[in-house]
Amino acid sequence: MSMNKDRIPLPPVDAQKTLMTCHFCIVGCGYNVYKWDANREGGRAPHENALGLDFRKQLPTLATVMTPAMHTVITDKDGSRHNVLVSPDKECSVNQGLSSTRGGQMASVFYTPDGPGANRLRYPSIFTGDDRVDTNWQQAMAVYAGVAKRLLDQHGPDQIMFNCFDHGGAGGGFENTWGTGKLMFSAFQTQMVRIHNRPAYNSECHASRDMGVGELNNSYEDAEVADVIFSIGANAYETQTNYFLAHWVPNLTGTTIDKKKQWFPGETAERGRIIFVDPRRSLTVSVAEHAAGKENVLHLEIEPGTDTALYNGLLTYVVDQGWHDKDFIAAHTTGFDAALKANRMSLEETSRVTGVSVANIKKAAEWAYKPKASGHRPRTMHGYEKGIIWGNDNYRIQSSLVDLCLATHNVGRRGTGVVRLGGHQEGYARPPYPGPRPAPYIDQEIINGNGKMLTVWACNSFQTTLNAEQYREVVIRRSNVVKEALAKARGAYADDLVDVIYDAVENRGGLFVTVIDLYPTKFADAAHLVLPAAHPGEMNLTSMNGERRMRLSEQFMEAPGVAKADCLIAADIANTMRALYESEDNAEMAKRFVGFDWQTEEDAFNDGFRKPEGIDSQGGGTGHLVTYERLRAMGNNGVQLPVKEYKDGKLIGTPMIYADYKFSTSDGKAHFQSSPWNGLPAPVAAQKKKYRFWINNGRANHLWQTAYHDRYVDFRRKRYPMAPIELHPDDAEELSIEAGDIVEVYNDYGSTFAMAYPDPDIKRGQTFMVFAYWNGIVGDVVTEWTDRNVVPYYKGTWADLRKVGSMDDYKKTVSFKRRRYV
Amino acid sequence: MPKVSRRDFLKTSGSSVAAGAAATITGVAVAPSTGGAAATSATSPYEKKTVAQAETLKTNVPMSFTYPDASSPCTLIKLGQAAPGGVGPDGDIVAYSSLCTHMGCPVVYDADRKVFKCPCHYSTFDAEMAGQMVCGQATEDLPRIVLQYDAADDSVQAVAVDGLIYGRQANIL
Repeated sequence: MSMNKDRIPLPPVDAQKTLMTCHFCIVGCGYNVYKWDANREGGRAPHENALGLDFRKQLPTLATVMTPAMHTVITDKDGSRHNVLVSPDKECSVNQGLSSTRGGQMASVFYTPDGPGANRLRYPSIFTGDDRVDTNWQQAMAVYAGVAKRLLDQHGPDQIMFNCFDHGGAGGGFENTWGTGKLMFSAFQTQMVRIHNRPAYNSECHASRDMGVGELNNSYEDAEVADVIFSIGANAYETQTNYFLAHWVPNLTGTTIDKKKQWFPGETAERGRIIFVDPRRSLTVSVAEHAAGKENVLHLEIEPGTDTALYNGLLTYVVDQGWHDKDFIAAHTTGFDAALKANRMSLEETSRVTGVSVANIKKAAEWAYKPKASGHRPRTMHGYEKGIIWGNDNYRIQSSLVDLCLATHNVGRRGTGVVRLGGHQEGYARPPYPGPRPAPYIDQEIINGNGKMLTVWACNSFQTTLNAEQYREVVIRRSNVVKEALAKARGAYADDLVDVIYDAVENRGGLFVTVIDLYPTKFADAAHLVLPAAHPGEMNLTSMNGERRMRLSEQFMEAPGVAKADCLIAADIANTMRALYESEDNAEMAKRFVGFDWQTEEDAFNDGFRKPEGIDSQGGGTGHLVTYERLRAMGNNGVQLPVKEYKDGKLIGTPMIYADYKFSTSDGKAHFQSSPWNGLPAPVAAQKKKYRFWINNGRANHLWQTAYHDRYVDFRRKRYPMAPIELHPDDAEELSIEAGDIVEVYNDYGSTFAMAYPDPDIKRGQTFMVFAYWNGIVGDVVTEWTDRNVVPYYKGTWADLRKVGSMDDYKKTVSFKRRRYV
Repeated sequence: MPKVSRRDFLKTSGSSVAAGAAATITGVAVAPSTGGAAATSATSPYEKKTVAQAETLKTNVPMSFTYPDASSPCTLIKLGQAAPGGVGPDGDIVAYSSLCTHMGCPVVYDADRKVFKCPCHYSTFDAEMAGQMVCGQATEDLPRIVLQYDAADDSVQAVAVDGLIYGRQANIL
């Protein structure tokens, strides 16, 4: 991190320049990393610095973003010190030179011994006595593989469980999803895997995929030319920031009208309008009102969990008005009549269930689906995220929404789409999952005493699961069985430790826990083995964003200590397992662990993404066309997957999926699905009946996911020293709660604490708590209920609040001003 | 040695009012960097500049000035109640750069909420909490103009800047 608060050394013109896609959200903003000798700096004249800017005088507004958080000084392992400046790339079509508060801090979290990175894991460590102590990779692998082999030989793969990322960006990427996936699915062949943020191995978009509509089917440019943006259960300003600022806002301010006229000659082209579906007035609603004018913003403030009813009501009304596209439905879809019959819901009933007035439902339908003045069908882009994905019955809501979009032909046309907006970047390339659908509910398996070995890989499900309190309690209790056994081991070599651990898990209900991560996470408290991993910048890594834009983030520094890329850790495990079987002349088992002879992450990339035959890859069947060298040449604009061809030195991609109306089904047609409204799930309804407050939850602008970096960054930790919970000031007053108080949030499932943040933008009886935080975990009060595919309903729980006490320091150091742009 | 940032130091001492305390703080600010805590302090050679007479300030009415040079617009406010970093007889006079730390758009003071708002990318900064970013896309709080109050002539002086002003490699051009 930068040591100066009021000056930054400038990169000289000969500074090394490498590509970096932001580690964090789905949008994947492009940045350039400048690295140069710590004892030099470029001059202020534009020809004297690599940015080409004239720092001899005050820069004009919007010239760049360059803040102390974007600079750091790193030390390579040869002792040489280097300045590093991470600067948003104006040439990148995604962010166009913008940086978000999260991406803009990347330099601050690159490893230095005295910055936030001082907390990084540098060496493998193993539990002994009463704490974890450093060990080397050889010993760590001997213990890990030794236990795994014993379990595999004795029980088969089902006792070997994983909590593992499946995404792109930091803690992910095509290299690492492939490396871990090959280990879990081809080598161990275990089905007992859950994903980083949910308790089973499933898709968050099964419904859309089953209907033939992959969930990332348009481009960010489509949001610029849509007549209407339908934002559903999403808060783009805080969670897809530069997609919103660089692509939605220009549409809402009318600056893309000429582009619309150019793209769609003869069609009515006006400034874009936006419809929000969200029980909460999000920051995005408030910003949109400023950008578009209130008259162009419609906020449908539905009752929590009633999305399905809204889309079914809209579908019914739209069809009754004749605004659906009969030709498209007839030519390219199946099941329309049956779905309409099953989902049919009157405006009055829809209004009663959702709490949205009939007038506003009609208004939404008119904006989004009624033919324009020119007679053309409106181009309406539907972007959804956790309000649906973690809503009341993921599969059912998504079916209803996609039904509506198919009926109104809002797929396959530019300016339309029905897309998830996304959390992490994507980067999936794995062998097929070996389990069934629905997949096993892994958390429940652990709670029920199943699973003897759990590897927690680049995730932290103590903070990111539902029914979290019970889950943590069981994991810690079962982990302690192994800890107690290890504490008694004296003079034990690796083989002896394997015996000790095996005995504890086999005979006494123990759970052997390994955590692989950047930091000693909360889950690492329960771990017996902790392995240090690397993140972008310390390794080469490829990911794709929410418009399937794949880029290469280049390595420019070394990982701390002996930390290494996840794919290479996976290879270490596999190679150790292979050696163990080979030593027993067990060729059949050894064979399962071959194919991990990777020296670099590029080897893993070439083994997975570039050999798509027989695997599940977001690169599709043309991954072989992509190489690191070709991607590097494409800069921060990369290529939109799937790649069509490599021509004239360029990778040619696919801006919009289904423009040819060949949907992802066996018959090539999109399939409507019946999904009638069915109310709240029983466990959720029971909490609602018993407790006063709806505990809505999600992300906040300052923070990224579990705040694994943020908790060590003063700018962020001082803002949210504890998970904030927004509540209405009148509710707060009734409970004698003031801003900055610590409150308990509790129900039948558990109890957690949060920092009270009264805010008049929150409705009475409702709250909003930051999800997945390290200090106050909302998952503790979330029910164990999931949809048919084991996707949680994180957004659906009710609880009571109680004042614990005042925290004077919060009151003195934390701003409690309204977060919305008022 | 635990690190105490300059901002934290001021937070705890700034509202303790008046010339003596503020002068001491300024002395720390311009001392040569010696590593440790001082390494995160403002280190540029700022000049002292009188920007207002305290008695002429109207409560919650922003006053514009420039500091440390004519191309750096700043806003001074007498908040009406003591605040972190505040000086003057009531410990309530604060000042900030008027350029958003994100991309330099001029921030607008909202007197109702006592926040600065950036109309470009919608960042908000709290005038009553040392310029803390309430929400937005900056990675830094609003740079705070370090003030000193001289009771002898009732003058409010700018003496340093805590934080990098947008659009500069260093605060002193």
